[in-house]
Amino acid sequence: MSSISPSQTTVSPREIFTKPRVSDRIFRGVLNVMSFSSLAILTLIGSFLMLRGFQTFQSEGLHFITGFDWNSTVNDGVETSTFGLGSMLIGTLLISGTALVIGVPLSVLTALYLNFYAPMQIRKFMITILDLMAAFPSILYGLWGYFILMPMAEYWAKLLNKYLGWIPAFSVPQPAFTRSPFVAGLVLAIMIIPIITSVSREVFSQTPLDRIQAAYALGATKWKMIKTVVLPFGSGGVVGGAMLGLGRAMGETVAVYMVLNIAFSANLKVLYGVGGNVASMIVSRWGESTLLESKALLAAGFVLFMMTLVVNFLANFIVKRAIKSGK
Amino acid sequence: MSDEMKDGENMSTANVTGSKALSDVAANRMKDRMPGTTPIGTGLEARNIHAWFSKHLAVEDVSLDFNAGTVTALIGPSGCGKSTFIRTINRMHEFIPGAAMAGEVLLNGEDVYARGVDVTKIRLKIGMVFQKPNPFPSMTIGENVLSGLKLAQLKVANKDDLMEDCLERAGLWSEVKDRLGAHAGGLSGGQQQRLCIARSLAVNPKVLLMDEPCSALDPGSTLRIEETIHELSKTMTIIIVTHNMQQAARVSDYTAFFLSDGGPGKLIEVGPTSEIFSRPRDQRTENYVSGRFG
Repeated sequence: MSSISPSQTTVSPREIFTKPRVSDRIFRGVLNVMSFSSLAILTLIGSFLMLRGFQTFQSEGLHFITGFDWNSTVNDGVETSTFGLGSMLIGTLLISGTALVIGVPLSVLTALYLNFYAPMQIRKFMITILDLMAAFPSILYGLWGYFILMPMAEYWAKLLNKYLGWIPAFSVPQPAFTRSPFVAGLVLAIMIIPIITSVSREVFSQTPLDRIQAAYALGATKWKMIKTVVLPFGSGGVVGGAMLGLGRAMGETVAVYMVLNIAFSANLKVLYGVGGNVASMIVSRWGESTLLESKALLAAGFVLFMMTLVVNFLANFIVKRAIKSGK
Repeated sequence: MSDEMKDGENMSTANVTGSKALSDVAANRMKDRMPGTTPIGTGLEARNIHAWFSKHLAVEDVSLDFNAGTVTALIGPSGCGKSTFIRTINRMHEFIPGAAMAGEVLLNGEDVYARGVDVTKIRLKIGMVFQKPNPFPSMTIGENVLSGLKLAQLKVANKDDLMEDCLERAGLWSEVKDRLGAHAGGLSGGQQQRLCIARSLAVNPKVLLMDEPCSALDPGSTLRIEETIHELSKTMTIIIVTHNMQQAARVSDYTAFFLSDGGPGKLIEVGPTSEIFSRPRDQRTENYVSGRFG
């Protein structure tokens, strides 16, 4: 034993080498290429957006992020323009924030129900339904939101405004309740429920059994056990799941485009029918954009790309840490 | 440091081998206090207990009386149904999906499985200490002791007194009194287990079930817990599952031997601990306590 201790320097560990077979090396090579291709594609998309939008970043500078006006006019072949993405960034945050406020509690309660209360059959059935919801094309949510949810949400919005209008976020300058960030947030909330529920369920199910038993053995009811053991254990995972949901909500295009009145105005009033997010704004402007504006839209795309990337990275980090550490 | 030395000394005297010496230890223990004579604590009867995991019958027809204020050790090889049996007593068995039971558990004459019984109240009267120390890691030491009050929504007049009393009875007070606000995860395994005992004491149970409470601990910590058991048995009924026959001999008034012959676990023999270890009636008990198998 003592001969391999590091204090005696005469012996160094042997290098252990396994010569792989040719077939194994080919397979490994193919896997390497395949797995790095997604990284390559991501990098290419990012650089493409960056390069194409570069001119806008250069001419607008910081105004591109902080400015609220977005105009481009062509007079006698000379294009004059100013591009500020500020109102859309505010809109993005407002809409996805609304989606989280509505979606997270619903998801956490659903996850708790599925993990701790639902009978086995219902649990399996519900999980299938939720997976299906996650895979649904967003245009369907948009259509449903437009025809079904919007009239109902308008009524709820009026109620909120009537009773909670003294809170600045729930006030409106004019009674225009349709196509508001609130409606878009509702649609998005429904779209992000599957992902947040799924992550929360995963984390809750990792709760150590001995802690659950300890709580029950002390005379806890199920709810008390959940409050004392499961929620503290799973809180990190819920935050991570919410971030993943946020990532999806920020990038959502079609559903928001259908239910929102997209306008460049720095609107912080969630019930007021004016707003927009970066993704849906790009779609709405793309068809009629001038040369300069199309570059600005690509620059906006780059901003969205970075935001989504950062949020998703953070989310993955938090979820992984929450599952591994188990506090 | 001096504590450890003391523990070590105690261990060397307590850690005797051979059934003769074992029975001496048990006899000393018996002299200390005759079982069943103390009016304190609460009587517990298990009648014709059967327990299933789905279709698999794990415990068959076990009937045992636990007199108030006694310590009963359940011994037997792994898989003989000891743990499953005690988990039917405080209704922890039913948490396992597919688990079922038959028979009656009478606490002061009342069936804990009767319709209309609030199971959370049963678990307050019948506390449990688990094999692996399981304090709540997000809580401080003090919060852990009082966690049962919060979980069961009980009110007490003076929480600090209760906390000190429970930690004192669990033999942990002197070690943690200066760091009650520290997180429980920083304690050693043995300290964590005594913290878990203190935690179960806080809700004032009449019966304490201990499922191999020392199997994850070193000899010194084991001894401390055995001393704790000895103290606690003055005020409550204790049932301890153990793989360690010397421990059974040291701490218990009565011993019950469980065995499975490949099928469900059954109760083979029960009696005063000194008798089970010195002159068991059943040959299988004899073989087990003399170390011929298991």
